[in-house]
Amino acid sequence: MELTRRSLLKATAISMTMAVAGCKKDDSKSSIPTATASESVEPDEWKSTVCRFCGTGCGVLVGVKDGKVVATKGDPDNRSSRGLNCIKGFYVGKILFGKDRLTKPLIREDKSKKGTMEGFREASWEEALDLVASKLKENYDKDPKSIAFWGSGQQTIMEGYASVKLWKAGLLSNNIDPNARLCMASAVTGFMSTFQSDEPMGSYRDLDEADVFVTWGANMAEMHPVLYSRLTAHKLSNPNVKHYDITTRRSRTSETADLVLEFRPQSDLAIANAIANYLIQNNLYDQKFVDTHLKFKAGTENLGHSIEDGYDATDVGKAADKAWEISFDEYKQKVSTYTFAKAEEISGVPAADIETLAKEFADPNKKIMSLWTMGMNQHTRGTWINNLVYNLHLLTGKISKPGNGPFSLTGQPSACGTAREVGVFSHRLPADMVTANPEHRRYSELIWNLPKGYLEPLQNPGYHTVKMFRELGNGNVKFLWSMSNNWGQTMPKLNRFRGKDANGKGVLDGFIVVSEVYPTRSTEMADVVFPAAMWVEREGQFGNAERRTSIFEKCTEPPGEAKWDLWAIVQVAKRVLDGKKIGDKPAFDVIFGNIWDYEKNDLIVDQHKVNGVLWEEYRAFSNPHESDNKEIQELGKKLKLKAKQMAPYEEYFKQHGICWPVRNVDGKWVETNWRYVHGKQEDGYDQYGVEEFGEVGKYKDIDFYKSEDHRPSVFYRPFEDAAEIPDKEYPLWLCTGRVLEHWHSGTMTRRVPELHRAVPEALCEINPEDAKILGINTGDMVKVISRRGEVQVKATTKGRGNPPKGLVFVPFFAEETLINLVTLDAYCPISKQPDYKKCAVKIVKA
Amino acid sequence: MKGIGLAKWLIGGMAAYELLNLMKGGSKSVLRPPGAADEDEFMALCIRCGKCIQACPYDSIKLGTEKHGLGLGTPYLEARDSPCMLCHDFPCVEVCPTEALSGITTVYDVKMGTAVIDEEACIAYKGMRCEVCYRECPLIDEAITLDIHMKHDDNLHAIFAPVINKEKCVGCGICEQRCVIDNPLAIRVKPRVIEGLF
Repeated sequence: MELTRRSLLKATAISMTMAVAGCKKDDSKSSIPTATASESVEPDEWKSTVCRFCGTGCGVLVGVKDGKVVATKGDPDNRSSRGLNCIKGFYVGKILFGKDRLTKPLIREDKSKKGTMEGFREASWEEALDLVASKLKENYDKDPKSIAFWGSGQQTIMEGYASVKLWKAGLLSNNIDPNARLCMASAVTGFMSTFQSDEPMGSYRDLDEADVFVTWGANMAEMHPVLYSRLTAHKLSNPNVKHYDITTRRSRTSETADLVLEFRPQSDLAIANAIANYLIQNNLYDQKFVDTHLKFKAGTENLGHSIEDGYDATDVGKAADKAWEISFDEYKQKVSTYTFAKAEEISGVPAADIETLAKEFADPNKKIMSLWTMGMNQHTRGTWINNLVYNLHLLTGKISKPGNGPFSLTGQPSACGTAREVGVFSHRLPADMVTANPEHRRYSELIWNLPKGYLEPLQNPGYHTVKMFRELGNGNVKFLWSMSNNWGQTMPKLNRFRGKDANGKGVLDGFIVVSEVYPTRSTEMADVVFPAAMWVEREGQFGNAERRTSIFEKCTEPPGEAKWDLWAIVQVAKRVLDGKKIGDKPAFDVIFGNIWDYEKNDLIVDQHKVNGVLWEEYRAFSNPHESDNKEIQELGKKLKLKAKQMAPYEEYFKQHGICWPVRNVDGKWVETNWRYVHGKQEDGYDQYGVEEFGEVGKYKDIDFYKSEDHRPSVFYRPFEDAAEIPDKEYPLWLCTGRVLEHWHSGTMTRRVPELHRAVPEALCEINPEDAKILGINTGDMVKVISRRGEVQVKATTKGRGNPPKGLVFVPFFAEETLINLVTLDAYCPISKQPDYKKCAVKIVKA
Repeated sequence: MKGIGLAKWLIGGMAAYELLNLMKGGSKSVLRPPGAADEDEFMALCIRCGKCIQACPYDSIKLGTEKHGLGLGTPYLEARDSPCMLCHDFPCVEVCPTEALSGITTVYDVKMGTAVIDEEACIAYKGMRCEVCYRECPLIDEAITLDIHMKHDDNLHAIFAPVINKEKCVGCGICEQRCVIDNPLAIRVKPRVIEGLF
C-alpha cells in the first residue's frame, strides 16, 4: 500500500477504533472531534480489506497494533465504495470480538439434545477431524449419494474452490451447493438462459450515468446502502433523473423514489410483459438491435409448484428449463395479451403508472438501469422474471452501455466470486462451466491433472439446496458439512429442517458438521462443530456484484483453536482420500499436493502462499492461452474461457480489487466495466473480448460473444400465480427480508453492541387498517401463523417499511424470531431458489 | 424596612431563592413521562406515588433519588438506557391519580422534549450510511426527516443527514437509545423547556 495515501486518509476517512471491550474514537485520525484521546490507540499499520457483509464489496482499512485489530475505516482506494461504508461496515471490526466465539472443536455426546447447544464436549482438532473424516468415508462408501456439502457466498473464493475440488474431483460428488442458492440462483439461471453467461454486463459506474433507475424488488436504500448513496448523488446532481420503485411493500427506497408501483405479489411478471407488449405494439423497440443481436424463445409453461419432494422428477419438473426458438411474430402474438389493463387487473398497479414506466423504456434517448435483488430472485418464477427484465433492456438496446443495463445486485459478499465463479453448485464447475457438458468436464480434468473421463460420474447434477435438506430430512442424506452459512435459521419451512416435522427426522439422525464462528441455530443441529477463523483472521478473497474481485489481508490470528476453513477442508481431504488413487498417484497428492507441506505433514503454513498457489490454479481456467498444454489452449479457446480472464494474484493487492475480465494491456492489468461492447479497454470497455471472440463494428459496437450465435434470447414467459395465495383461513401475504443494521441471520451484527442497540428485535410490520380490524396496536405481541408453523413477534403499524393492506413483513435476522418456521419451501422450478417473499399467513394477538 | 434590615431581608430572600433553585436544579434537566405538566407545576402536582413507574410495561420510568433534589421520588426517564416507547394507551398517564401526567390521547399530544443532533459527532453527516435514529423514530418522516444532499468532497455519493422537526418531535428518546455513536452521543433528547418562574 502506498504511504502517500495516508495523509489523505487522515483527512477524509472516519475511523473507528476499537478495544476488545468496547469502541473508542481516535481523535487524532478522525473527523469526529470529540474522541477520548487518552484511550485512543494508534495502529502500527493499516491493512487493505473488504467488508464481509453484503455484495456491494466496500473497501475497509483495518488498523492493526501488536497483531490485534484496533480500528477500521473506509478504504478510499477501493473503486466500488471510495471510502464510504454503511453502519455495518463501519463496525465490521467488532464482529471479531463477541464474547462467545467458538474456540475449540465440539463433539456432540448427547444426540437427544440436538436442536440445542447442550450435549457437546470439547475435543481436540485431531479427534474431531478423524471423526468427521471417518463418518464421511463410511457414508460415502455405503452410498455416495448420502453425503453433502453446503457452502456459501461468504466463503472466500479459495475456500469455495477447495470445497469444490474436494467434493467434485476428490469424491466425484455433485452434492455440493451454496446458500447462494437461496439468494442468487434465479439471477444465475436468468443470465444463463438469456445470455449463456452468468454475469451482469454493467458495473457500478452505470449508477453515475443512467437517466432512469428501476428497482425491481430491491430495497437498495437499506440493503445496498453505499450504492444507494451513489444512485442518490446522481439523482441530486441531475434533477431530470427518475427513479421507479417496483415493490410489494413500501420501503425506505420507495420513500425517495419518484414513482412507486406497488404490486400484488407475483404480478411483476405481468407488469414486465405489459411493458414489452407496449414497446412492440407501438413500434417503440429498437428494430435494428433486434435484427442484429437477438433471438426469441419460449419455454415450458404451466409449471405448477415444487411443494412436494418429487416435483423435480415429474414430467413438468424435468421439462421446466426446456426452451426453444420462436419467431419475433410468435413472440409478439404471445405477449400481446398483456395489455396495460390486464396488467392492472393482475397487479393492482394503475395502468397509467405502468405506461409511464413503459414510456421511459420507449424513449431512445434515455439510459435505463434496472436493479434487483431478492424480490426478483426469491420468486417461484424467479428465472422468468429475470428473463422478462432482460427482455425490456434487449428490445430497446438499453444494455452493456454506460448507464444502460440490467444489474443484479448480490446479497452476499462473494455470491458472485465464490459460489458462482468457482462453481459451488450441484451442477457447475469453475468458470461458468457445467458438469453436464463433456467438454467442460474434460477441460476441468486437464486443469486438475485428472485422467481423461475421470469426471464422467459428475454428468448428472447433485442435490440443489432445498432437495439436499429435504433428503436430509428424509434420511437419505446422512452426512452434511455446512460452512459459512446458517441453515438452521435461514432455510424456509424450518420445522422440517430442524427435525420437528415427521419428514424431517433424518436431520436428527444424520451426521452434521458445522464450521462456524459463533453458536448459531445451525450449530445447535450439529454433531461436530469446527471453530472457524472469521473475516480478517485469515487471508481471503471476495467477488462482488460488479465482478470485482478483492482481497482482504490477514490482520490478526483467530482466537483459541479456531482455524482457517480451508485448512479444515484439506485436513479432512487428507484423511478421507487416504489410500485412494487417481491414475497411479495418491488421490490427495493430485487434489491438494501443491499446497501440502510434506515435511511438516500439514497445509503450508503461509496462507498467502496457499492462496497464491490455488489462485494461479483457478486462474488457469480463464487463461488457457498461458498454458503449455496444447489441449488446454485449444479447448479453452473453443470454450471462450478467456472471456472471464483473471489477473495474477498479486495484482489484486496492488489495485485494491479489479473487475473481471482483466486484460493485460502493455503489461498492465486493466479491468472491464462494460461487457460485450467495443471501446478502449482503459475506458472500461470490453475491447479485447470483442476483438478476440466477436466482431468489431456491429450495431452499437456490441457483440454478445458469449451467447449462442452471439444472440441473447428474448423470452416469452407468462404470468403464473404464486405457490400459496392468501385465502379465508390465511388471509395475509407474508414477505420476509432484512434491515440495514443487521446482516442475514444476525449472528455477527447482533454481537456488535452498537448494532444490537440500534435494532434489538425483529418487528412485524402490518398495515394500520389490518391492525385495526385485528385489534392490534403497535407494541402488541402477535402470532404469525401459516400452515407450516408459527412465530411470536412484536407488531408495528408505523415502521421503516409500510406494507399495503393484506401484507405483513417480518425480517429474518433474529434467532428468537424464527420467521422461517412460517415460510414455504416452494422454489423456482428452473433455478431451484425458494420464495421467501410470499406465502399465506394469519395474524392473531398473542 | 430600611437599611440593614432591608439588606438582611434581601440577602435572606435571595439565599432562599438560590437554595431552592439549587435543590430544584437536579430535576431541571430530566426527562419526565408523557403528559407531564410544566416542571414547577409537575413538581407541585406529583404526589410521588410511583404508580406510573409500576404501570410502565417497559420499566422505562425511574424513581428520582436524592440526586434530584426536590425531585426525590418523582418519575423520570433516562432515554439512553430506556426511553418512552409511546404505548398507544399511555398506561402511565392513565394511572396518574393527579393531573401531574395528563392530557394525552394520542402520541401527537406528547411533548417530553426535543431531540438534538450533534452534527459533529453524527457519522451520517460524514456520509456513512447510518440514519439509525431516523429509521427507528416512531414518527419517521415526521419528527425526523432526511436532508439528502451531495457529499461534496467526492461528488459521487450523497449524505443522508437526519434532521429533527422540532414541531413534531415528542421527545420519547428512542433515537437517543438507538444511536450507535457514543461519547459523545450523536443525538440526545433535551427535556422540554421549563416554563414559569419559581
